[in-house]
Amino acid sequence: MEAHSSEVFVIGLTVFFLACIIGYYVVWSVTPALHSPLMGVTNAISSVIIVGAILAAGPQGFDTSKIFGLIGVVLASVNIFGGFLVTYRMLSMFKKKTKKTKEKE
Amino acid sequence: MVAILYLISALLFIFALRGLSHPESSRMGNIFGVIGMIIAVFTTLMFKSVLSYYEIGAAILIGGAIGSFIALRIEMTALPQLVAAFHSLVGLAAVFVAAAAFYDPVAFSIGKVGSIKTASLVEMSIGTFIGAITFSGSVLAFGKLQGTISGKPIVFKFQHLINALIFLLIIFLIVLFVINQSPTIFWTIVIVSILLGFLVVIPIGGADMPVVVSMLNSYSGWAACGIGFTLSNNLLIITGALVGASGAILSYIMSKGMNRSIINVVLGGFGGEQDTSASKDNSDKIVKQGNAEDAAYIMKNADSVIIVPGYGMAVAQAQHALREMGDILKKEGIEVRYAIHPVAGRMPGHMNVLLAEANVPYEEVLELDEINHDFPMTEVSFVIGANDVTNPAAKTDESSPIFGMPILDVEKSQSVLFVKRSMATGYSGVDNELFYRDNTTMLFGDAKKMCEDIVKSLSS
Repeated sequence: MEAHSSEVFVIGLTVFFLACIIGYYVVWSVTPALHSPLMGVTNAISSVIIVGAILAAGPQGFDTSKIFGLIGVVLASVNIFGGFLVTYRMLSMFKKKTKKTKEKE
Repeated sequence: MVAILYLISALLFIFALRGLSHPESSRMGNIFGVIGMIIAVFTTLMFKSVLSYYEIGAAILIGGAIGSFIALRIEMTALPQLVAAFHSLVGLAAVFVAAAAFYDPVAFSIGKVGSIKTASLVEMSIGTFIGAITFSGSVLAFGKLQGTISGKPIVFKFQHLINALIFLLIIFLIVLFVINQSPTIFWTIVIVSILLGFLVVIPIGGADMPVVVSMLNSYSGWAACGIGFTLSNNLLIITGALVGASGAILSYIMSKGMNRSIINVVLGGFGGEQDTSASKDNSDKIVKQGNAEDAAYIMKNADSVIIVPGYGMAVAQAQHALREMGDILKKEGIEVRYAIHPVAGRMPGHMNVLLAEANVPYEEVLELDEINHDFPMTEVSFVIGANDVTNPAAKTDESSPIFGMPILDVEKSQSVLFVKRSMATGYSGVDNELFYRDNTTMLFGDAKKMCEDIVKSLSS
């Protein structure tokens, strides 16, 4: 494994740059009216670092690493639930009003 | 199998962002995001090394309960500070994950304590550094947006030199850390980065907050990327890059909306200091003042009205009263539209969300480029809680600090109504010559109360 570590890094870097390019085009296609929900969603998905926190909290027994991991899980969970819910609230406002006006008309 | 599930999760995140290209597809996008996250979490729980389900479950429940409680209770006007607070948590979580990887490298298969792979150490310390800056910068941004800390820029001598030196110190510490892998140095990096985060945000003033909030959004993504490289986890790298790119693009759009470079905003110290001096020059000029009845009369006799909301509308929570006013005008057969400047409010898209909350149909809410050419054909511009974004000095006065900033051409409409609390200048500290024009009527008072009074006069 040790010998391949540079290879692993290059694969990571490849993934990184391709993802940046995808991000660039996808985000430019977001309508400016939804820039606030965009921040809500990105905030929620960036908490995918919960994956790392779970790995740290995973082993049985208690040590420093596990405590850090559990704290990480709590913090990331606040964000995941909070981020998706607040985005949901924002987006449902963008729905509600069109329906109402259509009813009025 | 794990890699495939993570890939599906990453793709779902991309679709989540893609969905935001239109309000109708956006809700589905959000659901994709949730599914992606569920897949990511359960895939990780299936790892052989992950055994403590109860503790992890409890941690998710605690965090989830707190997050849900806050998200469901928060007022839409307080969104910017909420987002800043959430960013700080992402940053802090990144620091904790990096610390966990440092103390138990075996769990992440990056080596053993005391002999962690060099590449992993570099990635780990970069993740920690960005995470810690995101944390403290967001805490300070939260304080400024919440009003706990003065929103005015705090500037002192050698500020940028000090920041640069601290940055060099951090690089030096990272090199040391990679060589001797000492826990003391790891925590020193954390503390010094936290300090740098504070210092970076301190000189940036209230109305530049849209840029700062977007930048911190971007940082939180790069922090996730750093952790992704440490763990050689493609899901984290992809997601981090998406978020990082998103925040960077938003920062770019926001600073372009002010005709300033991102660097200029980051260096800070803009506005706030010249409040009194600039308005003195115009003390002898005459201002036409009106009341709610005048405003109601002017708008009732118009064919078209464009409403320009700004941060003042958010502060006064005037969006509902404003929409009511718009509804009455529409019933009278008057065309009512809303014009949104890119930097109106305290975060990207802030005004759109508030108007959406008040049930304003999004078809009536237009961006600067879409509506600016319509002002000459418009009878009344109703500016509520905005100032600098309408100031014609941005086009004519080369010496003005806001020169070159794209503005909404309200001065081209037949008459302008300004709802303001006082004659005070806007954030930039520049006086607005529009206030003194013949076709401008100033409506002094609280934005919400003014709208309610106009509604009363319109209905009577």
